Amino acid sequence: MLSIVEIDLGTPKSLSQTMVSLDIDGRRIEVPEGTSVMRAAAQAGISIPKLCATEMLDAFGSCRLCLVEIDGRKGYPASCTTPVSEGMKVATQTPKLAEIRRGVMELYISDHPLDCLTCPANGHCELQDMAGVVGLRDVRYGYDGANHVYARIPARDDQEAAIHGRTRQTVPNPLFSPKDESNPYFTFDPSKCIACSRCVRACDEVQGTFALTIQGRGFESKVAASQDNRFLDSECVSCGACVQACPTATLSEKSLIDKGQAEHSVVTTCAYCGVGCSFRAEMKGQEIVRMVPNKDGHANHGHSCVKGRFAIGYATHPDRITTPMIRAKISDPWRVVSWEEAIGHVASEFKRLQGTYGKHAIGGITSSRCTNEETYLVQKLVRAGFGNNNVDTCARVCHSPTGYGLKATLGESAGTQDFDSIRATDVVLVIGANPTDAHPVFGSQMKQRLRAGAKLIVIDPRRIDLVRTPHIKADYHLRLRPGTNVAVLDTLAHVIVTEGLVDEDFVARRCEPEAFAKWRTFVAQEKYSPEAMESVTGVPAELVRGAARLYATGGNGAIYYGLGVTEHAQGSTSVMAIANLAMATGNIGREGVGVNPLRGQNNVQGSCDMGSFPHEFPGYRHVGDAAVRQSFEQAWGVPLLSEPGLRIPNMFEAALDGSFKGLYIEGEDIAQSDPDTQHVTAALTSMECIVVQDLFLNETAKFAHVFLPGSSFLEKDGTFTNAERRMSLVRKVMEPQGGYADWEITQLLANAMGYPMHYTHASQILDEIARLTPTFHGVSFEKIEALGSVQWPCNDEHPDGTPVMHVDEFVRGKGRFMLTEYVATTEKVSAEHPLILTTGRILSQYNVGAQTRRTANVMWHDEDRLEIHPHDAEERGITDDDWVGIVSRAGETVLRAVVSERMQPGVVYTTFHFPGSGANVITTENSDWATNCPEYKVTAVQVTRVSQPSEWQKRYRAFSEAQEALLEQSAKPA
Amino acid sequence: MRIERLITMANDIATYFTVEPDHAAAVASVRDHLTRFWDPVMRRQLKSYLADGGEGLIPLAQEAVSALQLPPVDAT
Repeated sequence: MLSIVEIDLGTPKSLSQTMVSLDIDGRRIEVPEGTSVMRAAAQAGISIPKLCATEMLDAFGSCRLCLVEIDGRKGYPASCTTPVSEGMKVATQTPKLAEIRRGVMELYISDHPLDCLTCPANGHCELQDMAGVVGLRDVRYGYDGANHVYARIPARDDQEAAIHGRTRQTVPNPLFSPKDESNPYFTFDPSKCIACSRCVRACDEVQGTFALTIQGRGFESKVAASQDNRFLDSECVSCGACVQACPTATLSEKSLIDKGQAEHSVVTTCAYCGVGCSFRAEMKGQEIVRMVPNKDGHANHGHSCVKGRFAIGYATHPDRITTPMIRAKISDPWRVVSWEEAIGHVASEFKRLQGTYGKHAIGGITSSRCTNEETYLVQKLVRAGFGNNNVDTCARVCHSPTGYGLKATLGESAGTQDFDSIRATDVVLVIGANPTDAHPVFGSQMKQRLRAGAKLIVIDPRRIDLVRTPHIKADYHLRLRPGTNVAVLDTLAHVIVTEGLVDEDFVARRCEPEAFAKWRTFVAQEKYSPEAMESVTGVPAELVRGAARLYATGGNGAIYYGLGVTEHAQGSTSVMAIANLAMATGNIGREGVGVNPLRGQNNVQGSCDMGSFPHEFPGYRHVGDAAVRQSFEQAWGVPLLSEPGLRIPNMFEAALDGSFKGLYIEGEDIAQSDPDTQHVTAALTSMECIVVQDLFLNETAKFAHVFLPGSSFLEKDGTFTNAERRMSLVRKVMEPQGGYADWEITQLLANAMGYPMHYTHASQILDEIARLTPTFHGVSFEKIEALGSVQWPCNDEHPDGTPVMHVDEFVRGKGRFMLTEYVATTEKVSAEHPLILTTGRILSQYNVGAQTRRTANVMWHDEDRLEIHPHDAEERGITDDDWVGIVSRAGETVLRAVVSERMQPGVVYTTFHFPGSGANVITTENSDWATNCPEYKVTAVQVTRVSQPSEWQKRYRAFSEAQEALLEQSAKPA
Repeated sequence: MRIERLITMANDIATYFTVEPDHAAAVASVRDHLTRFWDPVMRRQLKSYLADGGEGLIPLAQEAVSALQLPPVDAT
């Protein structure tokens, strides 16, 4: 079912600049060339009946309802497949058309159940609407003939049997298929199918998974998932595009079946990955009936994934904690208290700690899951209220190298393009990213472009889905050894420089000549030839040469990268090497090219923009910059420090040496997501006041002294900034369960600490950000509301935002090539630890899983597994489902094995979505040289068959159970 | 803080800048990096460690740390 508020114009918008005018029903209409007659009519408010057409999909011309008459043309062409032409004269309503349409509808309805009153699509059923529109009054064929509607049909000899007075005999209907309820989020009821193919086409065109098909021919045609599997067992990725496309109740959300039609719709922004999809929350009062991706969403254009559309049940999950709680020691039960008491307690504890141990003994951590306004307020609280710069955000452990590397080379800590830029890309280079799992909606857009002919280079140790997926095959897959990104990027640069593929004109005009000359000499060294590096990277030299030539000469080349680039000891070096490649080939500063970091969480970009790193104010301006600091001192009314504060790993170190005692954590679960878990938990247990503001008793909260109930993205107003620097509104659709939006809680704390804040709406916070930050000068809730979304910089120079950056010059003026020496990580395989463990994520789960584990998404992934190559498995006597122990120098954990050829020999892989898996018990303290982003992607390990959980897991389980028991015992006020 | 950790981190930074052919620029870059991104407490600790011998710090790191500017203790 399409959105309840969007008007569907039938066929996709034409992007042509040439206008064509025509006459429809006597009205003169002007539309872009390539527009269908159907869409031209719809734009003028003339509705032509339709069933198989929707603007989500290319015209198909199968339902025969949208026929029109065109002067000078024979017959009755379908308006969906007929493009407009100059001077065309169209009639959409004639007696003949009415007769044909009624005849078509009669046939449809003769094979469709008539349970309309109790049908979930009732109220928004397109079939029912069309029956009404064409004036269907009778179905002459009856319902006794061949049909897909009834499970049993009369036996052939039934008529004769009836005459002889025997019981009416029925036999199973071979055309009937029972309802498939296997998917947790939607049902498939083939009896209601009209074989319009919208679902099949949505799966192909929009999602690009090709899981659905029309099976059989003629009247036997039916929709089937994969090889006639149940939906859950098929290749379906549950994106829901088919459910949205379905014009009847054949594919229906279970939530719609349960609750009935929504009565209003609110546009908001998804709180999962960095794509930042725009959604319409379709509501009944304060209850969500369903989430429908917004057709006008600039990041997603009406598409979604299984998480954004379906996995929202966590927001109303019974595990939500909705009252503040405090306790003196983490071995005590929690005590439920009022907000006044909780906030007063935190303020007095923080003041006590600062009084006893010094001003720097406390700090705050904000998160990419918070809105911009919340993040801004946390860093303001720390800098102005706590009087130090000990504030950091979880981007520390994901994309901090992006901030550093792109600032150093291009001058701004952000990606250079919008997602739509890929429409003009000829060569897509994906390195250390798995968009079809981690950024699925953009992954679908990328697949659309690849199916349309763009070339693909994948640089990844694993054979990710993109390497070979329906109608897509990577031209080059450089299957490097984990930890050798810089080496591979340098070999690509070597080929570009030594084979004369540099865009000399671009470099001469746009880049610093001395730095470039130095770089050219550096990468031209023989040691960086693909042949010399082959033994290090494991990538055959001819593949590197081919990929380099393709990227440099294949037209518009765009690089997309993810955490497989940043989460390394040389993460920042890799980011700079990527920027070098783009500059050297002139692939920057226009549509179709660029350097595109795919951000992990929804607001990674925003949380970084908002000054949540200890060394910089909003807009990436160093705290040591006197003019900038003065502007904040003036606005905030307090003196501010000019020296950087502690980063998250520094906070842990300081906690362990006794100088750091109190931490305010908003929306981040460091005990699960940060590396070397045992080190983290040792640090947490050595602090005196840990305050966790979150939805659930997460892993960190088990070490906390104060719990403040946070609000989900559905419970507050604010903005998120996605991977394309796009700021979109998050809108409150229900009251916060704990009583306050997160920014209000921070404000309460600031006031209690003696630093007054008086915001009454999140928009006032954004107004303050805009006043104080040049890149945001033109941003406001009103502006974002009016434009739908805004890509920063948005200011007097760029009043409507900036889709593509660095167009005429780089933000820093001239682009700066940086030298990127490959330095092997100290994390090396040895006899003791002969395998490399790398970590990642999968489609159905999100980050630490706190949200998605509390939804039916666990049906796809209910435990983290260790993927291991058949060769390594065989050597160790490991088969599928065996329990295996994974030991590194940091720790040991136990998971079940999956033997998989996606892995290369010597490399094992796991996800980190379940706390009990302990993936981060194994990861080490190694980190990026520039930013301390952890080296999650490379850990030397040994893997062996085992029969019981690791010691850590036993301790974890006991601790976790004890903490849950303490939560159960929590004393509520009388 | 554990001095071993600070030594590793400083060496990691210096290792990156080792490739810089202009030695003075390399030293300045390491020093600038430490100044811009490290809390003064950490800089102070590392500098006093160097004053005590600085064992384990690679030469470029030593050079950079030796001339680190530090704010007065009470100024931060």
